[in-house]
Amino acid sequence: MDSLILSILVFLCLYRVVFGPGVFNRLVGASVIGTKTLIILVLIGFLYGRVEMFIDISLVYALLNFIVTISAAKYFQRRGAL
Amino acid sequence: MDILAILLISMGTFFFFTSTIGLLRLPDFYSRMHATGKGDTLGALLSLLGLALLCGWSLTSLKILFISVFVFITSPTATHALLRAAFDSKVKPWTKDGKIMREAKGRRK
Repeated sequence: MDSLILSILVFLCLYRVVFGPGVFNRLVGASVIGTKTLIILVLIGFLYGRVEMFIDISLVYALLNFIVTISAAKYFQRRGAL
Repeated sequence: MDILAILLISMGTFFFFTSTIGLLRLPDFYSRMHATGKGDTLGALLSLLGLALLCGWSLTSLKILFISVFVFITSPTATHALLRAAFDSKVKPWTKDGKIMREAKGRRK
C-alpha cells in the first residue's frame, strides 16, 4: 500500500522532469525521484522477503543519486544555465 | 513495536506527499527547492527508521540505519550545491508583484 502511494508520487514528480522550465527544475525532479526510489526499493525487499539483498541495491542507489546531483550541479555552475 | 513502525512509515509518506505537492504547485525554482529539500530529507529519514524498526535487531537493520545517516548528510549537501549553481548562473527569484527585488549576481562574472 505504501509502495503504491510512493509510486503514484513518483509519477506526479515526473511531470516536473518532463515539462519543467529550464535545467534546474528537471534536476530537482530527478533528485526527488531518486530519493523516493530508494524507499521503494527497501519496501519491495520487504514484500519479496529478501531484504538483505535489496538493502545493498538501495545503498548503491543512494550513493549514485548523490553523485549525479553533485556532478550535474558543478557542471551547470561552470557552464551557465541553458 | 509494529504500531510504532507503521506510524513512522505513514509520517514519512505524508512528508513525501507534502514535498511532491510543493514541487508541483510552487511558482519558482527556489521555493520548489525550499519545499523538496526539507520534506524529502525528513520523509526518507522517518521511512527508513520505521523500516529498521520493522526489521528487528540484525545486520540488515544496521545497514538501513547507515543508509538513513547517509541520506541525512548527503541530501542537504546536494540541495545546497544545486541552489548555489542556480544562483551563480543567474536564475531570477520570483516576487509577488513581478518586479525583481534584488539582482541575482553570482560569483561568476
